[in-house]
Amino acid sequence: MSALQHFLAMGGYAAYVWPAYAVFFIVLIADSLAPARRRRRVLRELRARLARQSARQQRQPPPATPSA
Amino acid sequence: MNRPGLGTACAAMLRRDLALAWRRRGDIAMPVLYAVIVATLFPFALGPEDTLLQRIAGGVVLVTVLLAMLLALDAMFASDIEDGSLEQLVLSPQPLALLLGMKILAHWLATALPLIVIAPLLAAMLHLPGAVIPVLLLALLLATPLLSLLGAVLVALTAGTRRSGMLLALMLLPLCVPAVIFAAGAVAAAQQGLPWLAPIAWLAAALVLAVVLAPLACAAALRIALDA
Amino acid sequence: MSDWIPLWLHKLGSPPTFYRFAGTLQPWALTLALLLGAIALYGGLLLAPADYQQGDAYRIIFIHVPSAWMSMFIYAVMGVASFVALVWRIKLAEVVAMESAPIGAAFTWWTWDARLTSELVLLFLYLGVIGLYHAFEDRRQGARAAGFLAIIGVINVPIVHFSVNWWNTLHQGSTVNVFGQSKMAWDMLWPLLTMTLATKFYYAASLFRRARTDLLDMEGGKDWVRKTAEDEADR
Repeated sequence: MSALQHFLAMGGYAAYVWPAYAVFFIVLIADSLAPARRRRRVLRELRARLARQSARQQRQPPPATPSA
Repeated sequence: MNRPGLGTACAAMLRRDLALAWRRRGDIAMPVLYAVIVATLFPFALGPEDTLLQRIAGGVVLVTVLLAMLLALDAMFASDIEDGSLEQLVLSPQPLALLLGMKILAHWLATALPLIVIAPLLAAMLHLPGAVIPVLLLALLLATPLLSLLGAVLVALTAGTRRSGMLLALMLLPLCVPAVIFAAGAVAAAQQGLPWLAPIAWLAAALVLAVVLAPLACAAALRIALDA
Repeated sequence: MSDWIPLWLHKLGSPPTFYRFAGTLQPWALTLALLLGAIALYGGLLLAPADYQQGDAYRIIFIHVPSAWMSMFIYAVMGVASFVALVWRIKLAEVVAMESAPIGAAFTWWTWDARLTSELVLLFLYLGVIGLYHAFEDRRQGARAAGFLAIIGVINVPIVHFSVNWWNTLHQGSTVNVFGQSKMAWDMLWPLLTMTLATKFYYAASLFRRARTDLLDMEGGKDWVRKTAEDEADR
């Protein structure tokens, strides 16, 4: 048996060890991807709002007292 | 302004809540009916063998009572939030924690006490030996107020939200695990003829802690939830 | 607030400063986490000898034990942050507490198996906090309520742990003690501790990223958010 096969067999516990590691990394990757998606969504909404605001400001003259 | 004394206010609170509960006697009967139905279903599902039923009887009665209490917990502050009397309570000059303690006591008297009364019947239906029933009652007498107190804090936390039924169960489950473990432990020990005082003492200690802390936590939680 | 808190901590509590700070540190934390994780995996899966009783099956402890520690560590962080948020009403503390919950729940979910009742209870505590947070329409009110629940949980966790141990006295005692003489062989211990460090850095990286997004969402109309959105438009 080659060294790689020996390593992958995990002394006969491959069916137990590798899924455990796989699930661990899948959970962590899912945990990393969820905020990335949310970040894109938040930024998109923010930019859309900013675009709407600037469009409105161009149509109307700016108010005398800038709102905070 | 002439302020009523603390004792008067507490007594009035208790009387009011009990009177309200008494006027809706049907609501009091619901958890009891629920517990009877659940306990009746167990022998049908598991078969009528005495030894099996005997072994699980204590646990089944405890869990049934817990679930029945959970059913009624949701309504603890619901009507008071709807008609705004809870806000009046928050504004009243008396300490909120004490008044809430009275409300919890009234709720316990209206929901848990009937369940405790019915518990020996449920236990007998499941062939729990008669000698163990006093221990079961003692465990219930200590565990149910504990659940009412813990539940009241959680109900107060969800006071500002719309949907709370399932959420309440989700939040209560981890907090009530120790109470269930010790109560069931005492019953199981008594059933095997072992000393059962230690788990009962732990339950009592937890109850003392909860009686002191839970009304204060409940008041704090209510202030957070109503602070909209 | 009192004088003993240094000025930089005050500044760090302000959302724009934290946003920049977290943005700078986040890649470093993630790199360190991946590096240490890779070293730990190499040590744990290839260098460490097989256990004389459990054979190679024991090798999941290199992720199992760090996850279990993280599930409790993150809960503690959440409890402390909630306390700070409730007492001083610092917005950033609310964000840290509420964004920690999903990460902790992820670690807890992985750690739980049928024998580890404490972890299941911890998972339910996390889910309760997350559920309560999302049940409120007002974000900050939800964070305060959920934070209060987290603090109740902190008081309850030792009681639960004790009672579950009492219930299940067959549970194996802990074998790793950082301060005393460890019963574990060094070959097995160093990958375990390295992986623990890696998960800590991973948590920091994940928390930073989540908190940054949450701050952008929460502070929607503020000037610094507007500038950030314009600057990062192309990314």
